[in-house]
Amino acid sequence: MLGYTIKRLLLLIPVFLAVSVVIFSIIHLIPGDPVDNLLRVGSGPEQRAIIEARYGLDRPLPVQYAIWLGKVLTGDLGTAIVGQRPVIDLVGQALPYSLALGASALLFSTVVGITVGVIAALKQGTWVDQTLMGGVLLGSTVPGFWLGLLLILLFAVQLGWFPVSGARGWTSLVLPVLTIGLGGMALVARITRVSMIEAAQRDFVMLLHAKGMHPMRIQLRHVLRHALIPVVTILALRIGWVLGGAVTVEVVFARPGLGTLLIKALNQHDYPVVQACLLMLAMAVMLGTLLGDIVQAAMDPRVRAAIA
Amino acid sequence: MTSTVAPPSIRHSRLGQIAVIRALFTVKGAIAGGWILALVLVAVFAPYLTSYGYDIQNLPNAFSPPDATHWLGTDEFGRDVLTRMMYGARTSLTVSSVAIGISVFIGMVLGAAAGYFGGRFDRAVTVVVDLTWSFPEILVALILVAIIGPGVTGTMAAIAVAYLAQFTRLTRAQIMAIKNETYVEAARSLGASHTHILFRHLIPNALAPVLVSAMLATGDAIILEATLGFFGLGAQPPTPSWGGMMSSGTALMFRAPWIIIIPGLAVAITVIAINLYGDALIRALDLRNRMREG
Repeated sequence: MLGYTIKRLLLLIPVFLAVSVVIFSIIHLIPGDPVDNLLRVGSGPEQRAIIEARYGLDRPLPVQYAIWLGKVLTGDLGTAIVGQRPVIDLVGQALPYSLALGASALLFSTVVGITVGVIAALKQGTWVDQTLMGGVLLGSTVPGFWLGLLLILLFAVQLGWFPVSGARGWTSLVLPVLTIGLGGMALVARITRVSMIEAAQRDFVMLLHAKGMHPMRIQLRHVLRHALIPVVTILALRIGWVLGGAVTVEVVFARPGLGTLLIKALNQHDYPVVQACLLMLAMAVMLGTLLGDIVQAAMDPRVRAAIA
Repeated sequence: MTSTVAPPSIRHSRLGQIAVIRALFTVKGAIAGGWILALVLVAVFAPYLTSYGYDIQNLPNAFSPPDATHWLGTDEFGRDVLTRMMYGARTSLTVSSVAIGISVFIGMVLGAAAGYFGGRFDRAVTVVVDLTWSFPEILVALILVAIIGPGVTGTMAAIAVAYLAQFTRLTRAQIMAIKNETYVEAARSLGASHTHILFRHLIPNALAPVLVSAMLATGDAIILEATLGFFGLGAQPPTPSWGGMMSSGTALMFRAPWIIIIPGLAVAITVIAINLYGDALIRALDLRNRMREG
């Protein structure tokens, strides 16, 4: 298991390098001079010189990349154009909010999604199944930010149960988690249902029935366990989607997380912040996927064998 | 990998054309298809369907709730929301379908070449595709928007790149599954060129699942377009887009909730319709097993 984890970690290095090249290139791919893009409008020649020296902009591109990567790896993410604060501080402030939201949303989608999927599978073909799956379809087709706005209108404005926006206390977490969670839950529920139904047709299930085991016990102890493997696979693949959802939803609820920071920076053309946020989010996706893979390997020895 | 692909004679274009109609024969398919068709017609004929202009301001009449003169109310500038919805449908549908079109085209070429020729090219494509695949579309799209800049072009490019991996993967899997079928071998033994085999035999056979998944992806693309628009990164004012309308409506949602409720509802209904019609199409074409990606 440890060997597997180390191997997967090593496999992340080339991915990280590839992603960092893309994010590094942003500053050179956007129209205009990279120095101008890194400066506030109206900056004097001395600031220009500082930027040029700092990023080594007169050197060949691969050298520039190496300088940039070296700085990033030592935690130096540059200075924000708007506000002139070190980017690492901005990111450091925002990160905990995003992590709290992402983790809670993931937990919510997993627990609720599996529960809904199991109930739908047990009641397959009945109105319970159809209602649940209809609701799930609705949950996965509604734009996340819009769902968030509706929840604000209903629960925060009309009923006054939760705060409209901000990030004070756990109550401010409820509506954002619900917003992201409903989309993620839909995916988990659909896969759980299908894979429960498929697993229930296996021979070993028939044997358990023939042995006279209680049907409910068969479903929950044996079929569900079997059915969870594809669910974990998909969850591992799609952890990034939950984080992606966090980006949009943070903006709606004005949570001071990475998503809000990124969108603000994009609108203000604050490229050092944009690069840092994208890098952080990409790393979160990579680590999330890694975590999912490790859980999957822990659950299913076949996966471990495949890569070892 | 074994495959249950029908011989090319049955799978050629005519069946596909019929299936598009046949998908309408179910209740769900008919409602969904009807909504999509109606929306396309509204988008095309928008100027003839409304007496208001999408950018005509009428400040004294701002924030008027839905009534007989303005069926869906007016926004903060007194502009007719229904009119802006119709023109917004133009933006949403054009941007998402053009972007998906580009994405499908490039994805099919890459996927088909990778699947058919294999080797180093295949490995290179697979590495890049797997890399983008693991990132959520919104993140890929935001990187693209950061590079190209906000606006319609940036949004289209962002959507096209965000979904590229999906189509490349699917096409590649389809080609891999059929490239060793006997009819391909027969064509090869008759001296057919790679181009002939790819374009006359393999791609037509791989087309159906890719096109259906393209249609489903258009639904997701509408959401992505609306999301970027909501962030103020999509079509720039005064061009109406559903996402943009919700963006400007957010600050006013306590005063005039219809400004955000209506565009979101339109996005949701359209995406549900596309999904239901896509499901009907999958059933009509009997594609259920082939839609699983490789």
